[in-house]
Amino acid sequence: MKKVYDTADEALDGLLHDGMLIAAGGFGLCGIPELLIDALVKSGVKDLTVASNNAGVDGFGLGKLLETKQIKKMMSSYVGENAEFMRQYLSGELELEFNPQGTLAERMRAGGAGIPGFYTKTGYGTQIGEGKEVKVFRGEHYILEEGIFADLSIVKAWKADDTGNLVFRKTARNFNPPAAMCGKVCVVEVEEIVPRGSLDPDTIHLPGIYVHRIIQGEHEKRIEQRTVRKREEA
Amino acid sequence: MPWDRNQMAARAAEELEDGMYVNLGIGIPTLVANYVGDKDITLQSENGMLGMGPFPYEGEEDPDLINAGKQTITELNRTAYFDSAMSFGMIRGGKIAAAILGAMEVAENGDLANWMIPGKLVKGMGGAMDLVAGVEKVVVVMDHTNKAGETKLLKACTLPLTGTGVVDRIITDLGVFDVVEGGLKIVETAPDVTEDEIRSKTEATIV
Repeated sequence: MKKVYDTADEALDGLLHDGMLIAAGGFGLCGIPELLIDALVKSGVKDLTVASNNAGVDGFGLGKLLETKQIKKMMSSYVGENAEFMRQYLSGELELEFNPQGTLAERMRAGGAGIPGFYTKTGYGTQIGEGKEVKVFRGEHYILEEGIFADLSIVKAWKADDTGNLVFRKTARNFNPPAAMCGKVCVVEVEEIVPRGSLDPDTIHLPGIYVHRIIQGEHEKRIEQRTVRKREEA
Repeated sequence: MPWDRNQMAARAAEELEDGMYVNLGIGIPTLVANYVGDKDITLQSENGMLGMGPFPYEGEEDPDLINAGKQTITELNRTAYFDSAMSFGMIRGGKIAAAILGAMEVAENGDLANWMIPGKLVKGMGGAMDLVAGVEKVVVVMDHTNKAGETKLLKACTLPLTGTGVVDRIITDLGVFDVVEGGLKIVETAPDVTEDEIRSKTEATIV
């Protein structure tokens, strides 16, 4: 069982086909699989549906796959930071399915957990609930949402061992575990691959059973909104 | 004198009680953190953090540590991190005691509209629909009227909804209002703001 690959291109080899559904981890530009996105651009695979909370920014993250028009449809909760996205969306070139953020996360988690649908209060009585089954539990209205079963998951973690056990760092965890869970195949990029035995089994955030291929690489980790406070004068 | 942004935030901070887990939205709600004083409040950031700290000092920004507004922040000694599914599990599951958020419109039955204006650029609802559906107490902080001077407290929302019957309390520059049976109840008025002025600037039924 060899999970470690040398490059992102090799890690995606044989997994890509036009029209596929990809679940991507990350929130804004935090914890996004930047190396695998670059490899997807290089591969030329097209007509992609991408389930990802956001759509990157112009020239970085999923913004790169939008520039090359490889994405047909996005499933997201917030897409405000990307001018090329808006241009394609308003011109009708790009489909967009808005999902409330928690519904998107739970749809991924559910897909990975073998749960094809679940009921949630979120979105009941709004546009999001239109056309969806409504059921009353304990006097309250819930709508039916479906699990996401992706062809491929692309995920960024901090560390992995060679068996695929993952550790994330701070808020870069975000959508990565649920995105990893919902794919038939999950490819992960990390900052460091460590020898087995060197991660404390009690501190592993996602067990390697969800992880099929791993690469290590350098990450730019761009900051979207740099906010600081002044140091008080001593 | 109507309240200014900071006074509205200070008034909203009075809604928070010792020991609460709270989610603050973007804009005036973010300022509420400056006014919690000695109260033991834990801030949740829905991208996967409890115990959100202040902005970092220059040079100490960490790209792996941001809030839901994508701003760099810091951790505290109580901080816990988790993934988005667990984050919204605690939101949807009613574990967060209060959410303070902005709004475009609120209706007298507690309906809330704050995510899209038809015909204008739609960026998405982010976590707002999950928050208002799941959080125990939803407090809206917003100006009483929009830039055109029209009331934002309506009989029924005209914009697409974020949630139905979800708002518990509204804090505007003119006063504090509770959503009750039959309409809105004035809880408090800003200094020297009269009930007549509020009524003249409110479409919603005041009971």
